[in-house]
Amino acid sequence: METLPAEGLLASSWLLIALPLLGAAVLLLGGRRTDRWGHLLGAATVVASFVLAVLCTIQLAGLEERSASIDLFTFISTGELDVRAGLLYDPLSAAFVLLITGVGSLIHIYSIGYMAHDEGRRRFFAYLNLFVAAMLLLVLGNSFVALYVGWEGVGLASYLLIAFWYTRPAAATAAKKAFIKNRVGDVGLALAIFVMFSQLGTTSYEGVFGAVGTLAGGTVTALGLLLLLGACGKSGQFPLQAWLPDAMEGPTPVSALIHAATMVTAGVYLIARSAPIYDETPTARTVVLAVGAVTLLIGAIAGCAYDDIKKVLAYSTVSQIGYMFLAVGLGPAGYVAGLAHLYAHGFFKAGLFLGAGSVMHAMNDQVDMRRYGALWKKLPITFVTFGLGYLALIGFPFLSGYYTKDAIIEAAFDRGDVWGYVLGGVAVLGAGLTAFYMTRLMLMTFFGRARWEDGVHPHESPSVMTVPMIVLAVGSVVSGFVMVQLFPLSSWFEPVFGEPEEAEHVIAPLTIGLALTVVMALGIVAALLFVGRREVPVTAPVRVSPVTRAARNALYADTINESLFMRPGQWLTRALVFFDNRGVDGAVNGLAATLGGSSARLGRTQTGFVRTYALGMLGGAVLVAGALLAVTAG
Amino acid sequence: MTLTWYLVLAAILFTIGAVGVLVRRNAIVVFMCVELMLNSVNLTLVTFARATGTVDGQIMAFFVMVVAAAEVVVGLAIIMSIYRTRRSASIDDANLLKY
Repeated sequence: METLPAEGLLASSWLLIALPLLGAAVLLLGGRRTDRWGHLLGAATVVASFVLAVLCTIQLAGLEERSASIDLFTFISTGELDVRAGLLYDPLSAAFVLLITGVGSLIHIYSIGYMAHDEGRRRFFAYLNLFVAAMLLLVLGNSFVALYVGWEGVGLASYLLIAFWYTRPAAATAAKKAFIKNRVGDVGLALAIFVMFSQLGTTSYEGVFGAVGTLAGGTVTALGLLLLLGACGKSGQFPLQAWLPDAMEGPTPVSALIHAATMVTAGVYLIARSAPIYDETPTARTVVLAVGAVTLLIGAIAGCAYDDIKKVLAYSTVSQIGYMFLAVGLGPAGYVAGLAHLYAHGFFKAGLFLGAGSVMHAMNDQVDMRRYGALWKKLPITFVTFGLGYLALIGFPFLSGYYTKDAIIEAAFDRGDVWGYVLGGVAVLGAGLTAFYMTRLMLMTFFGRARWEDGVHPHESPSVMTVPMIVLAVGSVVSGFVMVQLFPLSSWFEPVFGEPEEAEHVIAPLTIGLALTVVMALGIVAALLFVGRREVPVTAPVRVSPVTRAARNALYADTINESLFMRPGQWLTRALVFFDNRGVDGAVNGLAATLGGSSARLGRTQTGFVRTYALGMLGGAVLVAGALLAVTAG
Repeated sequence: MTLTWYLVLAAILFTIGAVGVLVRRNAIVVFMCVELMLNSVNLTLVTFARATGTVDGQIMAFFVMVVAAAEVVVGLAIIMSIYRTRRSASIDDANLLKY
């Protein structure tokens, strides 16, 4: 892939990052003076970024090589390490930039309505702008160091926004949990960058991907696994998945933008971007596949049991990102399918979260679905947009999820070996579970008897909130068709992933499509039988099967983490503190105490009687004279 | 051997002086004992100078006398001022400089 210096509008694509960053700076430094118009500025910078991104991408599409580099300045220059800050605008980053700024704009607009009565609205928009700027840097950077800066930036913004209502203990705890889990992953990414520098002497994409073939097999595998650890942390994948559902303590627009549409897909971006590394290491790629498949099932199973509408959606996100990992783990056959699913997911999951926010808005911030019911009449626009997102997610024929999930499952089966069947089977099973838990969510929220708490009067949200929901619903309906049939993504991504090769289908695509539809229908029917036929109790039943209990506890992920990592960590800390207090401090303090005590005791000999001193002098002189005599005589 | 007698005499004088410094309380007496010790040393120096036929020891003895004279001037002044403030010349009464 040839990368030419950018010209024209592309040369100013750094403005994409600078605009939201400026917004964040003005809002954070401006203080209360910006309270009145801060939210408008926040939304305007992101919309401006989106417009610029569209123009840039149009220009990019016209270029022959469809790739442009923008050199900015020397970031770090010390000895052999020379990191230049620069941007890379190619089809992959362009796709992400459009998703981030597009969905970002809609969610900023939605937030104007959603956060209208919140005291911290200016702070909220400042953090949101900060997030958009960091996320754009993450996808636009031309080196792993630039990516890392953005990576940490989105982690910070995510932390700040989860803890936005920091007076709630649950939110503060969730933010810390997210931050620490991310840190575990970030260590992997940082180590990967260190390995790159020590082995290749460069961290730019161009340099690393050009030289990765010269590395020893073990080093490449280590690189792949370390990058995967980073991706797992950011994307809430097994074994670091437990932070994402807790992150729902943040405001709902945050859940929609950061913890569904954009930030959590950064892991998929990292693996897709590092495709040349994974091409060299089938081992790491297999691990990616395993992580994706395991997470896909964990997310889907946990999603079936929760009553908190946002947590169900969060586990659904975990599960859908599992699909994307599965896809990018399949190698060249799956990259485009994974990214298409990422795109479709960005639309429908953001739409679903905004819908959930609208429902919560109507129900006095109630999140327990057992206190919903019969809302379709009261919230018609929310119901329709949410319903379209729901159909897209479960893969209803000819909506976006159908095309993209279908492509992933096809690619899995196309491996042709036993593992292909296992992975494909897992993906199909996951699709059935998805249909089950999403239908359960729909039934409990919009249908059945009204189980509202006293004094709740549901009302439809203002248009500033419903319009973004409608746009996203349209996106979830048509994006699959557009990406697969109208403008195939595979040809758009050709400069990045190479020419799409015609796969030999093990199972006919039509069969897979039919099977998927049948499994989806089974999931819906199961949900109708188990949830729809009976009255939904207002409090969750206590006497449940062990399976349900395990699912309610998210397969004991937290328990495992606590007993395996947290407790031993605490023991280690306590042991270290004890050693520090008693060992290190004890040695230092003990030495000081010994010296002080002995000097006090020695001081007693200084009596103030001159004759005692004189005796001392005489004794000393006698000793010296005696010693001299002994030496000379001897 | 006459040299031995001189040295023995010097040693006896030195011992009397040293014991006097250690056991007496009156500052004036202690002072005189110090002088005794210095002079016993002078005697030793002069004895050896005579025995070896050189003048080095005698010169040294003069130095000791000069230093002793200066020391007496300063020491007596100190004893006088202590006596004026404390109405006592006992060296055990001047014992404030301690731990």
